[in-house]
Amino acid sequence: MSAIISIKNLSKTYAGGFQALKHVDLDIRRGEIFALLGPNGAGKTTLISIICGLVNPTTGSVTVDGSDIIKDYRRVRAMIGLVPQELTTDHFETVFNAVAFSRGLFGKAPNPAYIEKILRSLSLWEKKDNRIMTLSGGMKRRLMIAKALSHEPTVLFLDEPSAGVDVELRKDMWQVVRDLRAAGVTIILTTHYLEEAEEMADRVGVITRGELILVEDKAELMRKLGKKQLILQLDAALTGLPERLSGYDLELSPDGKQLTFTYDTRAGRTGITALLNDMRDAGVGFVDLDTTQSSLEDIFVDLVRSNR
Amino acid sequence: MNLYAVKAIYSFEMSRAVRTLMQSIVSPVLSTSLYFIVFGAAIGTRIAEIDGIAYGAFIVPGLIMLQLLTQSISNAAFGIYFPRFTGTIYELLSAPVSPLEIVLGFVGAAATKSIVLGLIILATAALFVDLHIAHPIWMLTFLVLTAITFSLFGFIIGIWADGFEKLQIIPLLIITPLTFLGGTFYSIDMLPPFWQKVTLFNPVVYLVSGFRWSFFGVSDVNIYASLGATLAFLLLSLLIVWRIFKTGYRLKT
Ligand SMILES: Nc1ncnc2c1ncn2[C@@H]1O[C@H](COP(=O)(O)OP(=O)(O)O)[C@@H](O)[C@H]1O
Ligand SMILES: [Mg+2]
Repeated sequence: MSAIISIKNLSKTYAGGFQALKHVDLDIRRGEIFALLGPNGAGKTTLISIICGLVNPTTGSVTVDGSDIIKDYRRVRAMIGLVPQELTTDHFETVFNAVAFSRGLFGKAPNPAYIEKILRSLSLWEKKDNRIMTLSGGMKRRLMIAKALSHEPTVLFLDEPSAGVDVELRKDMWQVVRDLRAAGVTIILTTHYLEEAEEMADRVGVITRGELILVEDKAELMRKLGKKQLILQLDAALTGLPERLSGYDLELSPDGKQLTFTYDTRAGRTGITALLNDMRDAGVGFVDLDTTQSSLEDIFVDLVRSNR
Repeated sequence: MNLYAVKAIYSFEMSRAVRTLMQSIVSPVLSTSLYFIVFGAAIGTRIAEIDGIAYGAFIVPGLIMLQLLTQSISNAAFGIYFPRFTGTIYELLSAPVSPLEIVLGFVGAAATKSIVLGLIILATAALFVDLHIAHPIWMLTFLVLTAITFSLFGFIIGIWADGFEKLQIIPLLIITPLTFLGGTFYSIDMLPPFWQKVTLFNPVVYLVSGFRWSFFGVSDVNIYASLGATLAFLLLSLLIVWRIFKTGYRLKT
């Protein structure tokens, strides 16, 4: 699949001498949802800001759909919509005018019908004539999205889209994002909420301290790095682990009725067969079993720890 | 050329002026009227004609210049400073607009506002004093050139400023004194010879003098010196603006 964004050896050193990005190489595929995952201060906003033209790179280059972001900035920026991390809006402008302004700024002829469509999809149509200062925080966030979509971009950046957003709005927002993806828009979102990457992304890039340490299909990432747990509901309560089972990573619940076995999916043998054999030999029976996979959060913590 | 962007910025800035009508039109008109009442009507009757022009009429071009300079600067400075202050500048920087288009939008709007304001003050002045304009085309030329030049200058200040005080400081500490000392209320040959020479280093003298010439056909300095000075200042401002965008100064990190 062809890359829509191609980042090569991108570094950024801020005026104070702080290096926020270190030789980042990354290809974003056309039409995917890519989550850039990393703790605060990792360099996510810096990376996005360079692509969108807000920050000058120190070294390296970026192309979007084959065009250089600096030499061919007009073509590149016309393709891109940006929803920044901070809520920055002009308080006195009305909702409709603010979106119409954005569309004009990005070089598109006025199209009130299209703006109406966007505002409706973000449940802002009733507020179209209201001044922005009268909106709630959640509505302002949606307005920022509407502004970013006003010029029909093919690439959308969402910088920490769910910061300070309630559950209801988050659901609506993800629906909009999924619809955009279905329409062929490439979406790059940054987050330090791990569930978000897990829920939304096709691929995940993990960034810490300016370094992109891993890029992986989400499913692959989960499969490769995920620890799994096997949970066994015992037919009779145990008072302690039998001698025979002491070699396994097992945990007995306080009531003695549930046994949890943690194993690594990366290992060649999980040890499940041996465990079940040994349990039978020790006379421990079970009535039900279940497996759970560790969340991206666990994976992430592991990764960052091993990178230190 | 992204004309939709120029139009978007221009209309946004113009609608801001309409929202703040009180500040952008009413207050300069009021303060100018006060000048006419105090200097023109009250004191002016006791002052002899200057160069054969009644004092009340003599001060009109200077007063228009004073408002033109300060309002152009503050309009344009505020126009670009405010988005920087609130953070909405991100959108401008991420849009497919060239520096030229940004300047056209902001400076064009600021200049339009001060030209309209200048004409309103002129109309107000006509209520107080007898006015006839000897060279209307020159008058408009100076009006437009000065408005554009000082809107550009204001734009530069708006980018340079990193706080609201800095936004005010240049108009307050430099432009207003230079205008008052630039022959707004007197002809410079009323000064002692030494101060006449010193005054010629004040750029505002050339603006006021040229503008006054377009009204009454008399001036302190040669009309082409006035035109030259205005154009030189315009060029200088353009050069600085070009440098700002070239280096990304204070707009990008
Ligand atoms: N304008 C700036 N000047 C100096 N340092 C900055 C600037 N912007 C960001 N930084 C620093 O760069 C690092 C990365 O910031 P950022 O890209 O905002 O991280 P993230 O979005 O992942 O939280 C942080 O340590 C931050 O303090
Ligand atoms: Mg950030």
